[in-house]
Amino acid sequence: MSPAWLQFVLYLLFLLLLSVPMGGFMGRVLEGERTFLHPVLGPLEGGLLRLMGVHDENMGWRSYALAILLFNLIGGLALYTLLKAQALLPLNPDHMGPVATDLAINTAVSFTTNTNWQAYSGETTLSYLAQMAGLAVQNFLSAATGLAVLAALIRGFARRESESLGNAWVDLVRSTVYILLPLSLVFALVMVSQGVVQTLSGAIRTASGQLIAVGPVASQVAIKMLGTNGGGFFNANAAHPFENPTPLSNFLQTLAILLIPAGLCHTFGRLVKDRRQGWALLAAMTLLFLGALAMVSTLEARPNPQLTRVGVLQPAGNMEGKEVRFGVAGTSLFATATTAASCGAVNGMHDSLSPLGGLLPLWLMQLGEVVFGGVGSGLYGMLLFAMVGVFISGLMVGRTPEYLGKKLEAFEMKMVSIAILLPPAIVLVGTAAGVLLPSALSSISNPGPHGFTQVLYAFSSAANNNGSAFAGLNANTPFYNFTLALAMLIGRYGTILPVLALAGSLGRKKITPKGPGTLPTHTPLFVATLVGVVLLVGALTFLPALALGPLAEQLSLR
Amino acid sequence: MSTPFLAGQLRPALVGVLALAALTGIAYPLSVTGLARAFFPRQAEGSLIRQNGEVVGSALIGQECTDPALFWPRPSATLDTDGKPRPYNAMASGGSNLGPSNPALGNAARTRMEALASLDSETQGSFPVDLVTASGSGLDPHLTPAAALFQVRRVARARGLPEDRVQSLVLRHTEPPQLGFLGAARVNVLKLNLALAELR
Repeated sequence: MSPAWLQFVLYLLFLLLLSVPMGGFMGRVLEGERTFLHPVLGPLEGGLLRLMGVHDENMGWRSYALAILLFNLIGGLALYTLLKAQALLPLNPDHMGPVATDLAINTAVSFTTNTNWQAYSGETTLSYLAQMAGLAVQNFLSAATGLAVLAALIRGFARRESESLGNAWVDLVRSTVYILLPLSLVFALVMVSQGVVQTLSGAIRTASGQLIAVGPVASQVAIKMLGTNGGGFFNANAAHPFENPTPLSNFLQTLAILLIPAGLCHTFGRLVKDRRQGWALLAAMTLLFLGALAMVSTLEARPNPQLTRVGVLQPAGNMEGKEVRFGVAGTSLFATATTAASCGAVNGMHDSLSPLGGLLPLWLMQLGEVVFGGVGSGLYGMLLFAMVGVFISGLMVGRTPEYLGKKLEAFEMKMVSIAILLPPAIVLVGTAAGVLLPSALSSISNPGPHGFTQVLYAFSSAANNNGSAFAGLNANTPFYNFTLALAMLIGRYGTILPVLALAGSLGRKKITPKGPGTLPTHTPLFVATLVGVVLLVGALTFLPALALGPLAEQLSLR
Repeated sequence: MSTPFLAGQLRPALVGVLALAALTGIAYPLSVTGLARAFFPRQAEGSLIRQNGEVVGSALIGQECTDPALFWPRPSATLDTDGKPRPYNAMASGGSNLGPSNPALGNAARTRMEALASLDSETQGSFPVDLVTASGSGLDPHLTPAAALFQVRRVARARGLPEDRVQSLVLRHTEPPQLGFLGAARVNVLKLNLALAELR
């Protein structure tokens, strides 16, 4: 086996093995059971909830949704204020000025919605305080938001004839205190051991006069990967040697992206009391992931014909925008994982991927980031597709579709359709605006079909809350700062609200006992159906646009 | 059932955001900073290389070099604050973001190849890819062994050293894949150049 494939196989092995205990642990936390961390962190949870005046009251879906929206609104406003005021506040050793208004709005929305689209470059724009107490805080809180929304949806399936979806405040606090915080602390220190910097002193000046930006990087890198946020401390994100210094740090960071999303499949199985259901979803995700990874790594290993023609030897593959320490294998694995999830960190420049090697990350985002996906958001997205799969299967045999004993009726399918179709609509409308408005066109940096792909990638990334970019596109303009902020908001809350309404409606239903006509949803047949539905919806929606961008570029490349 | 009204939710939202911000935005990063300094002080400050009490660079951050008597790192697409090219600007990391079909990509490679060929007339064809393409960070501290070996003849001649001594220095500085299967073999250019200066 080549080292590349050994790396991929070990990656999936570790991921699937670790997902089991991780999923069980998260299940216990969300159900309020005691874990091994309770002796240490229990008082912290209790103290926070008392301070907030919360007594674990039951919430219907409307209260739950209001709590989530309010929590994100206040969090976003706090971040905006901090970005505008950073020049007046401490921990600003490199003297950064206030962030421009359109950029501050874009950035606040971006981090609150778990997107981490970055129209700025960290080392030249933000103070340490803004990174630590602004961006990193939303890295935690937006991931906790995803976990809470998913917990509510799972309870909608698990509970019978119940108005209650749990308590949003309790879910948010527990997710942060027991899951995200301890994992990040350990992971940050492992990252420092590999060479990720963690210091509050300002830039370093060498004897030869080279100035080197540093900062509290490890603490932010840990949560940006584990929370599938993806916002880099530095402009080059995880390609920067201080954010991702070794092949091992790269392997572990890639593992951290998918750890919680994969684990949540088991959490789901545990909470609906049928572990096979979780395994089926995990199997569908793994199949899609493997297919994408195999294609990206094969395509990136191929030489660029343009360079071959001028006499460049390319046994290392397409190295423009890649780092030597990761090579094609480490970059392909990272690029696939970061876009399968809603992470969006990059360890190489996606703009310089080969045309088809770049198509796959783009398409993974467009599928709705349901292949593992973001923390919480990936699984609730995949559950929407599972419901579509059940619905189509039900239509074929003429029975009312049921998933986990819950009848799916007109209201449920409406909510599912809204949540699945809204992000693609924004992507296509946004891209059209980006290539039609003369003022937007000047942001494009590459000629030909690739320029179109840059715009398509930006809106796909924003509307699906990914945050990675074809970064040659100059996105720090009023047009992109405002339209992409809007795309991120609609993409995030236009999915969360229908999902919570769906959870409320499912929770009120009774659980129909299994009968001979019930479609089993844990079998290989259903896994295949689910993979088919995801691919079909993604292909039908985006093939024309992909033909104009990466496919046309591939055909023109010689 | 709690009331879905705003008033009941305002306190938990406000206090929640502030308290969790203090926990995850202040207590957490400061704890990591303290623990990092205690357990991994060298890495936490930036893996700095010191000679005679002076910081000569970071082992993780590449440095620009155009001296024929030293090994050159990969091309770097980083910019200065005025938007002009400034390779290995460690205050503004970034890649070229040139698309694979962009003619500028081929042109940049050709310019670089001409610069390399002008210093070593025996060089022809077959340039290693990482020596003519820009890295993602613009700060890549490494070369592939092929790209380092490619420069041995030029460096040896410029320094008046036998080629085999310089070549064996490169081989000694070649790190194997981490744990045997992660990443590819690579050479740290700054460490190689510092060792080269010691070579007589």
